[in-house]
Amino acid sequence: MTKKNQLTKESGLSRRSFLKGVGLTSAGLAVTSGGEIFAEASGDASVKIISPGGATITLEVNGKKHQLKVEPRETLVEVLRDRLHLTGTKIGCDRGACGACTVIVDGKNVTSCLMLAIDAEGKSIETIEGLEKEGELHPVQKSFIEYDALQCGFCTPGMIMSSKNLLDHNPSPNLADVKHAVRGNLCRCGTYPKVFQAVLAASKQNKGE
Amino acid sequence: MTKDVRIQVGVADNLQEMALKVPKNDPRPWDGNDQLKYIGGRTTRLDGVAKVTGAAKYTFDMRLPGMLYGKFARSPYPAAVVKSIDYSKALKAPGVKAVLPMQEKLPFSVRFVGQEVAGVAAKTLNQAEEAAKLIEIEYEVKNFTVKLDDAMKENAPLVWDVQVKEEASAGDIPGQENTLPQVGNIRGPNVSARNATKEEIDSLVNASYVTSEGVYRTQVQTHSAMETHGVVAKWDDDKHLTVWASTQSTFRTRKDFAERFELPEANVRVITEHMGGGFGAKFGADTFGVMAAKLSKVTQAPVFFMLDRKEEHWAGGNRPSSLQNVRLGANKEGKLEAIKMLCHGSAGIGTGSGTGNPFKNLYPCEKLYVEESDVFTNAGMGRAFRAPGHPQGIFALEQGMDDLAYQLGLDPLEIRRRNTSHEVRLKEYEIGAKKFGWSQRNPKVAADSGPIKRGVGMANSVWYYFYGTGFPATIQVNSDGSVEIMNGVQDIGTGIRTVLAMIVAEELGLDISEVKVKIGDSDLGAGPASGGSQTTGGITPAVRKAAYLAKQKMREVAAPLFGVSPEQIGFENGRAHVLGDPSTSLGWQQVASRIPGGQFKVVAERKKDYFGNQFQIICGVQFAEVEVDTQTGVVKVKRVVAVHDCGRPMNRLTLESQINGGIIQGVSYALFENRLLDRNTGHMVNPNLEQYKIAGSMDIPEIDSTVIDVFKGHNSTSAMGIGEPATVPTAGAIANAIYHATGARIYDLPMTPDKILAALA
Repeated sequence: MTKKNQLTKESGLSRRSFLKGVGLTSAGLAVTSGGEIFAEASGDASVKIISPGGATITLEVNGKKHQLKVEPRETLVEVLRDRLHLTGTKIGCDRGACGACTVIVDGKNVTSCLMLAIDAEGKSIETIEGLEKEGELHPVQKSFIEYDALQCGFCTPGMIMSSKNLLDHNPSPNLADVKHAVRGNLCRCGTYPKVFQAVLAASKQNKGE
Repeated sequence: MTKDVRIQVGVADNLQEMALKVPKNDPRPWDGNDQLKYIGGRTTRLDGVAKVTGAAKYTFDMRLPGMLYGKFARSPYPAAVVKSIDYSKALKAPGVKAVLPMQEKLPFSVRFVGQEVAGVAAKTLNQAEEAAKLIEIEYEVKNFTVKLDDAMKENAPLVWDVQVKEEASAGDIPGQENTLPQVGNIRGPNVSARNATKEEIDSLVNASYVTSEGVYRTQVQTHSAMETHGVVAKWDDDKHLTVWASTQSTFRTRKDFAERFELPEANVRVITEHMGGGFGAKFGADTFGVMAAKLSKVTQAPVFFMLDRKEEHWAGGNRPSSLQNVRLGANKEGKLEAIKMLCHGSAGIGTGSGTGNPFKNLYPCEKLYVEESDVFTNAGMGRAFRAPGHPQGIFALEQGMDDLAYQLGLDPLEIRRRNTSHEVRLKEYEIGAKKFGWSQRNPKVAADSGPIKRGVGMANSVWYYFYGTGFPATIQVNSDGSVEIMNGVQDIGTGIRTVLAMIVAEELGLDISEVKVKIGDSDLGAGPASGGSQTTGGITPAVRKAAYLAKQKMREVAAPLFGVSPEQIGFENGRAHVLGDPSTSLGWQQVASRIPGGQFKVVAERKKDYFGNQFQIICGVQFAEVEVDTQTGVVKVKRVVAVHDCGRPMNRLTLESQINGGIIQGVSYALFENRLLDRNTGHMVNPNLEQYKIAGSMDIPEIDSTVIDVFKGHNSTSAMGIGEPATVPTAGAIANAIYHATGARIYDLPMTPDKILAALA
């Protein structure tokens, strides 16, 4: 039996092709060729049409605005890492399963591999690089070091972002809250017990206890 | 030239004096009486800030000017011959710079789904992915086999039509390479016998007062390190290659590249500043590394080549499966009289599935017969995985021991006590049992009346002390007082970077903040591979000796300043003083400012231990408490008490983290993980992390770990490793706790709800 084939062709709907599809369809029907963005379809200002050539968008990352041209299919994590050189945010699975790419978008945990960069426009994005203020580490960062809540460190930025966001919304979490907050962050070194300790300790520090 | 020293050796506080001859230039070995400032304490990681701020650069984060991205076209067939490859469409795709075959000569065979066929380099990763799909490959598809039991049948499709030779990786137990018969898909058996033949062992078991028999199965587990495998390769010129690699061995990787590209090893530089976990899967140049370097050569650009998660599951290595036939016989007192174990396991197209070592090394049983065979299947190659063969073997052996205990009406801990005389192990039993509250356990099985049943169980760890020699540690002291320790060893997350600084600070009487560590670069001198739990034991004696030599130099510099001889100078708290007279002292920097020429370097090499290559067991025991929901079959591990040893502990803070990690990987192995291959297509059906379940934050038991001090005086630090020992007993302890809770023995990993319910029915 002789067959012509190649693996990736058979792999069906990939996350990226799915996102790509969503990006285009949500943008409306007609795609202008060559132009940057954006006609407003049927008078609805909330609907933008973006050409495959890309769109110039403004991203607010760690309080700083960046104007850049992105392709519709580019994910937020790709833009953070490859355009803005913020490589602290990692990719572990590229489909929202491991949490290594966790960033905070408008106060919510987001797996940035599952968000298109164009959909992050107009939102406030926080990454691991933004936690240190005027040379002072965030209490969660300090606590991670003190309690050794990291080993290889690859999941650490995502783990810290989830923990920080927990404390932003719940300054006095209990153990169950902490476990719940990082349930989307996988750590293969298995450093969870110390993550729990570190976050609980940071919450106490926050309150000056 | 040697000197005589007397040191205190022993276990915990049970110390005895030992006389020892050590080379004249060696420091006196740290012993059980030494009160040390850093060693054995808790020091936070030197790279902590880099890792919590995102500043730490992993191979995955490398971005070089003009860098291209590499991607493989992989076989969709588990067994096929690649007859032709047409690159024309791929070459025309946007951004593509080069396309190369994995093997120069056509046709060639592929033996598992996801095997590499051709590689492409393009300007962006998306472009490389798209172009890889455009490579047209003509396959002649063959019959295949992916299931262990099917592959063992006489008429099974042959995975290999050639004799397979085992290649040991740096993560394997040294000296295990062997040549064995190969019939059909079965390679082996590798026979280990102690005072019994195959014929005799069964009658010995049969004649025992009590016997335990079981057929145990363990699944394939993937390493699933958070950072996938990969490199960035860059040719500096025709003869010089620099590779950033996510590797557990900068030097093995360098050697591989040097051999593959016919370069002197010194012409290859491998850099691993930070790496995102390995667990045994990351040694050497690997297929992607070779392809990256080839693509880099033809494009004259750096090439980034990292696997995605699916590729990682297909081709990044795994813990082989096992099928273990176990027969144990013991006398009335529970003393083992005969052990028989026959195992078959599949490491896919590779070798190394044996689970015999725990059977051979945990209990000193006089009569033993073990056979180990690899069964080839059309699946990705197994690799060393945190204690190769041991979690599998312990799962079987320790359930067998438990079974013997219950048959005899003995406490499962008591039967272990009766089968060991190892001082360390006995001490660990004592501590662990007390911390766990073992004596309060209900001796009855399945005693809880409600649907949720609680149970407790325990199992032993067994691992070995390995180390390599010849590793040079270099220390440079500069006239501004700064001190740098340099060696090429990589920190895979265990914290060896921090341990090196602790040793230097300890020896020189400095604050740890004053010691800089440069590691993870093959230009800094050979370091151990981080496999087999040998990094700490391998490198620390060289580091301590280098620090000791640096101290001698600094004594010579300081002596004239005090008007005494060098031997009279001591260093403490960052200051030099005359020994016995702390009243007048000079700061370390003041002394350093007098270094002739402004700096000096000393180099010390890892030599053989004082007792040579003495075989040493690393012990360890874990106690587990589980809750089994007998209506749903769900098992929750509530609590694990672990007691371990690793010679003299260096940094208890990071040591604890490693033990936590070993236990959690063990929980994950016991309850969740399973690489599943579709028997109709050979494809992995759960190749990403939402389907391949690993333990997460909601699955973590309460963990209480203790590390006892073992002072052997075998070298200047007495350090040994903990990486493997910590994960060896967990699955076995959980299985025994499930039995205690429910009265059902689970012979098959992972212990998922369906199996629990089936066993209870």
